[in-house]
Amino acid sequence: METVIDIKHLNKAFGQHEVLRDVNFSVKKGEVVCLIGSSGSGKSTLLRCINLLETPNAGEIIFNGNNILDDKHEVEAYRTHLGMVFQQFNLFNNMNVLANCTVGQRKVLKRDQATAEQNAKKYLDIVGMGQYIHAKPRQLSGGQKQRVAIARALAMDPEVMLFDEPTSALDPEMVGEVLKVMRQLADEGRTMLIVTHEMEFAKEVSDRIVFMDKGVIVEEGHPDDVLVKPKHERTKAFLARTLK
Amino acid sequence: MSFEIMMDILVNNWPMFLRGAGITLAIAIISTLIGSAIGFFIGIMHTIPVKKRSFKSVVLKIFNFLLTCYVEIFRGTPMIVQAMVVFYGLAAYGLELDRFVAALVVVGLNTGAYMAEIVRGGIVSVDKGQYEAAQAIGMNHFQIMIHVVLPQVARNILPATGNQLVMNIKDSAVLNVISVTELFFQTKSIAGATFRFAESFFIACVIYFVMTFTATRLLRLMERKLDGPDAYKVEKKAEM
Repeated sequence: METVIDIKHLNKAFGQHEVLRDVNFSVKKGEVVCLIGSSGSGKSTLLRCINLLETPNAGEIIFNGNNILDDKHEVEAYRTHLGMVFQQFNLFNNMNVLANCTVGQRKVLKRDQATAEQNAKKYLDIVGMGQYIHAKPRQLSGGQKQRVAIARALAMDPEVMLFDEPTSALDPEMVGEVLKVMRQLADEGRTMLIVTHEMEFAKEVSDRIVFMDKGVIVEEGHPDDVLVKPKHERTKAFLARTLK
Repeated sequence: MSFEIMMDILVNNWPMFLRGAGITLAIAIISTLIGSAIGFFIGIMHTIPVKKRSFKSVVLKIFNFLLTCYVEIFRGTPMIVQAMVVFYGLAAYGLELDRFVAALVVVGLNTGAYMAEIVRGGIVSVDKGQYEAAQAIGMNHFQIMIHVVLPQVARNILPATGNQLVMNIKDSAVLNVISVTELFFQTKSIAGATFRFAESFFIACVIYFVMTFTATRLLRLMERKLDGPDAYKVEKKAEM
């Protein structure tokens, strides 16, 4: 399988505080990778570095063979290849559900209104929000907002989906509906990179688990290896704390 | 002060009152629009992201410094003095502005100075997640501003903008010092002609209040309209 994202020697610091230290890892086409680790381990920062919401201090991010940290590379065009889902949903408050899913297609991808709406509705149906196209974000529950946010990202037809703790801000009873949608996407063979605290979910959907601690990748591999028979002490300690 | 005299004054002079009120309203509305445009312009200039120590950042810094000077000067001096300086000052250099135009310039620039801060605050108060989500779907700074941030800013600062409008209706009275024929100036003329100061100005008082009160109500209505209905239409499930 071809590599979509290849990260080499990535470093990121906020002032004196080093958040990522010499991170190397890659994502292949069709792969579902879950990033796990305790808060402050750098997993969210790594995800945000990948679509340049944070600017890395050093290293390379190779996307389909191009180093996107080159000065010449167009950041906006690159970002359209990545779909991002945030912990806090971040739906555009001034737009209804349909407009949230069409504005990017129209303004960035320059699709016409009809095409954009058709595509948006297709994905809104997939996430089960097709009935709510006229609703404003403030009228939706957390789980509904997150499903719209997923549809908004999908509507841009990205090559890779990035999820930054998509269920962490949700009420427990709404976690299920979001995970169900994500499971469905994983089954369709989409390339997904997920930062999550949902261990059961991670075990079930991912092809590979990456465990991070204090800004470095400690261990990665098949979920059955990393989650069931971890090699490193730090992984064992983390799992003992979370899998109780 | 008697009611009969007041009615008398009103019956004999209503066209003047009406014209004065019209001019006052025109100055207030147009200069609030001008001020809002200035405010949005400055607010946007102050939030443009640039690379540090580039040529562009130096130019922008100088430009923003000049804008800050303008804001501070207009907020730090009385409008009545600004009116004199602009009107007679420009006249001294041979530029004789129409009095109405001078009024728009003074009130507009004054409003702009206040609106700049209001808009900047409005932009800062939009959740950072909104920018990030827009960035993440590939929008550039200009697109993010036009489609995501500024519509939210416009809604959020509407009450403050309405305040400016109400203040402009009232404060445009100071423009009588440069003989703009707004409501206060007209009332002064009527009072001078009838020698009935109390009655004339009481009428002006009522007219001012009706204008500001109506403006406030209309703005409230506009806010509600912008927010849209609380309920939304649910689409029928497609037949499978």
